[in-house]
Amino acid sequence: MESSYIPISNTQLALSAALIVINIGLSWALRLGLERQLWIASFRMVVQLLLVGLVLQWVFTLRDPLWVLFVMLLMTSMAGISAVNRTRRRYRSIYWNSFLSILLAAFTVTSLTVNGIIQAPLWYDPQYFIPLLGMVLGNALTGTSLALDRFMEDLASRRDQIEALLTLGATRWEAAHNTIRDALRTGMIPTINSMMVMGIVSLPGMMTGQILAGASPSEAVRYQIVIIFAIAAGTALTTITIIVLSFYALFNSSHQLCLERLQTVR
Amino acid sequence: MVKERLSSSVAFGRAIAPLLSIQRLSRRIQSGWIWQDIDFEVWAGDRIAVVGPSGGGKSLLLRAIAGLDSVQAGQIVFDGKPLTQWFLPRYRTQVLYLHQRPALLEGTVEMNLRSVYQFAAHQDKTYDRQPILNDLKQFGRTDAFLERPIAALSGGEAQIVAFLRALQLAPDVLLLDEPTASLDAETATQLEALVERWHATNPHRAYLWVSHDPQQVARISDRQIYLGKP
Repeated sequence: MESSYIPISNTQLALSAALIVINIGLSWALRLGLERQLWIASFRMVVQLLLVGLVLQWVFTLRDPLWVLFVMLLMTSMAGISAVNRTRRRYRSIYWNSFLSILLAAFTVTSLTVNGIIQAPLWYDPQYFIPLLGMVLGNALTGTSLALDRFMEDLASRRDQIEALLTLGATRWEAAHNTIRDALRTGMIPTINSMMVMGIVSLPGMMTGQILAGASPSEAVRYQIVIIFAIAAGTALTTITIIVLSFYALFNSSHQLCLERLQTVR
Repeated sequence: MVKERLSSSVAFGRAIAPLLSIQRLSRRIQSGWIWQDIDFEVWAGDRIAVVGPSGGGKSLLLRAIAGLDSVQAGQIVFDGKPLTQWFLPRYRTQVLYLHQRPALLEGTVEMNLRSVYQFAAHQDKTYDRQPILNDLKQFGRTDAFLERPIAALSGGEAQIVAFLRALQLAPDVLLLDEPTASLDAETATQLEALVERWHATNPHRAYLWVSHDPQQVARISDRQIYLGKP
């Protein structure tokens, strides 16, 4: 592929790191107490990205579907775990449910996009599959943790209301309907918001990346549109799946709300 | 632990089978048994008070009978069929539990009254405004009350709405969990009258009423179930 971008040398990397000194200086001057966090975050970001660069380079050379699948499962597990880690309540199968819903949605949407839409030369083509999956996962993770957190908090705070509906003859589904709807809405808001202002307020990272790497803006925009649709579908599917699974985990078949299965974290 | 006092005859004579039969019911939470081996029957026409000290599990007993909580042992039989064979939403509209604190949905009074008819369990019924208006008259309220937003109601008014919402479904058994505990004497008397009217309309009906007020117990019940401390 012909490219016309300027590669970044180690010196340039170091120079960019100097930008963080501005934040650290501000934090110190205004006594925000963020210096430590900023150091740790910067350090983690650099190490993680350098490592992932190496790993991806290695995976791209392998061209073995099993390895690609392994890397993808690893990424999905990480997303599943971190989605739950941001919630304030847990139930027993929550990690498993989170992993399952992200796996189902992200894999479906990513394979459809790579094979059905982009039509990559290889069905598992890591050059397409892995970056796309990463983007779908990142957004699905946010949607999952927002929706899950909202759902469990609402169940706890609206317990009287939900049980009042149950006593009046509502099925568990009818009694939870409003709570489910609010949770799904909460999970989808960031995706919808970002689509609304796309290109006006924000220039998406992937598109800017392609442009910096020498692609023409009108080409880059086309890729971006495909990816945004994939991200939106992935987030919607994950959010719905995790909320339905959580619903079945917290309401039993006797149409009872089982709040004792929810544990507060810390 | 459970004893029945004053097992007086009931107003309408005994039917062949009890409405509700509670058999060796036991409830355990993490810290231990709340109550064990509770046995009693509710017959058509029964007016039963559930009494005893706080912490004896009176609310939990009503919740268990309403099928809102699982029990660890024993069973409940309603209309000759154990609870496990009932479709719970249908059962709950016939054995209806009323919370101490009314939980209403956002919107107006009438929206709350109407909303229950959306449930699949009530598809054969439709909302009927006239009986509601008649009941409201007893409370000295007019049609305009139906348009009031829930947020603007007093505690007593909210409980009245919760009662009307439940009674319009014509349940056989009411499980009343201290419904008047936080209300003024006047509203409490009005609610008692409302329940008595519902009870008198059909000889098939019965209720269990948790109360801490001895005078109220004397007014509203013919026999009592006593739940002691575990």
